Amino acid sequence: MKLKIEHLEKRFLSNAGEQITALEDISLEIEDKEFVCFLGPSGCGKTTLLRIIAGLDSATGGKAVIDDHVIAGPDPKMAMIFQEYSLYPWRNVIDNIAFGLEVRGIPKEERYSAASRYLELVGLNGFEKSYPYELSGGMRQRVAVARALSVEPEVLLMDEPFGALDAQTRNKLQKELLDIWGKTRKTIIFVTHSVDEAVFLADRIVVLTRRPGRVREVIPLDLPRPRDRTSAEFARIRRHVLDLIEDPGHPQ
Amino acid sequence: MKRYIKIISPIILILIWEILAIYVNNEYILPRVGSVFLVLLQPFTDILGSGSLAENATVSLYRVVTGFLLGALAAIPVGILMGRLQWVNEFLDPLIQIFRPIPPIAWIPLALAWFKIGFTSIVFIIFIGAFFPILLNTIDGVKRVNRTWIETAYIFGTRELQILYKVIVPAAAPTIWTGLRVGFGIAWMSVVAAEMLPGTTSGLGYLIIYAYNFGQIQVIIAGMVVIGIIGLVIDYLLKQVERKKFMWQGLER
Ligand SMILES: Nc1ncnc2c1ncn2[C@@H]1O[C@H](COP(=O)(O)OP(=O)(O)OP(=O)(O)O)[C@@H](O)[C@H]1O
Ligand SMILES: [Mg+2]
Repeated sequence: MKLKIEHLEKRFLSNAGEQITALEDISLEIEDKEFVCFLGPSGCGKTTLLRIIAGLDSATGGKAVIDDHVIAGPDPKMAMIFQEYSLYPWRNVIDNIAFGLEVRGIPKEERYSAASRYLELVGLNGFEKSYPYELSGGMRQRVAVARALSVEPEVLLMDEPFGALDAQTRNKLQKELLDIWGKTRKTIIFVTHSVDEAVFLADRIVVLTRRPGRVREVIPLDLPRPRDRTSAEFARIRRHVLDLIEDPGHPQ
Repeated sequence: MKRYIKIISPIILILIWEILAIYVNNEYILPRVGSVFLVLLQPFTDILGSGSLAENATVSLYRVVTGFLLGALAAIPVGILMGRLQWVNEFLDPLIQIFRPIPPIAWIPLALAWFKIGFTSIVFIIFIGAFFPILLNTIDGVKRVNRTWIETAYIFGTRELQILYKVIVPAAAPTIWTGLRVGFGIAWMSVVAAEMLPGTTSGLGYLIIYAYNFGQIQVIIAGMVVIGIIGLVIDYLLKQVERKKFMWQGLER
């Protein structure tokens, strides 16, 4: 798998009728099995960028290409995990996880056995018959992860998946996600506005500027995992990234 | 305590009624509670050659269910299309705005002109009564389906038709069900009204008008009680289904 983003641009027409440039000239390459974080202040276009990669929105300029195939709609090689409210509340956990396989016409037995495997992977055995409203926020995001994994995508797109969780749950899920990433060897593109989260997770951090979003800097991290949040090295990198974000970067 | 409080007001009503009836002392204006109960306790006895309470109730129910099902069968698909496709919505909305404020009863003369008196025209009136609440609720339910649910489905490569029955319909089902409940209520009111037209020969509406012509006030009241109870029971059943099937709606966080 290889993902290429070339001179991507996205403009919106606001309600007042003026043009808003959300993304400007974004170029990136993402390698197979890489863990990349998109980091930037609120409104800088992270979601927009991820949605274009996911094929949910179209760019107004440039293109996103996966394996020589220009992305024009959802691609079976990729699955997306939203911040919240993505589970189907009328389906129990196992049927939520099996949803992707179901719409692809996989026979019942096969999809339930796959769904059970991923349920186990995210540590929710015993909850197959529970409904989303019976689960905590963290458990619901685990189900969403299992559902995305069940269709065996090569790339996981995650838009602030832990953004609505408390700090403790969030840290726990970050560790679990790294475990899962290690076991399943997916490419992960993870959107966040938490510097700490990005430094903990990523192989590379793509720092975006304030609107219009551009690539401010791409920071490769070679800290070994598991990373220690309290280490001096961690603090140093976090400081560096914070400086990049706080400094507007480019004169208007 | 909580459980008993609900039966206090009906008991008070019956007491006041009985006191008034004794005071008025005229069966042709307000019969005693007992004589109404006497009618209610004999649901299978023929009343003055107009059929029994049960017979007439069955006829009314049959009509209302037919008209209601036809109304739902038409309103739900149209509502789904209107909720899902903006252009269909804009295309049909003016018609709906024009027809919606016309009460079902106002269609009676036209129904008579088109279908003559009988089953068809009564079913037509019920159809009109049930159609609009079901339609409006369906449109509303479909429009308010969480966008993330739909986009999640797109991500998995779901085709438009699958999105319709695997996401849109289940997500809108609680709102559609509310439409069905409201629609049934209006349909039930409409059937009784339609049956009161001259020329009808059966149904609860017919029975109470017929009883009026004979001055049988206790039959009128008994008929009204039956109308009320049937409406109440059906609404209760629909509500139970709602509680069991759509539990997720209230509990969603
Ligand atoms: N459909 C739209 N119509 C108009 N403007 C939009 C639309 N979607 C996004 N925008 C604008 O584009 C910019 C980028 O939005 P986006 O949601 O991608 O930001 P974000 O980085 O994900 O922010 P956050 O961290 O708050 O989620 C914002 O200024 C937003 O107002
Ligand atoms: Mg966002």
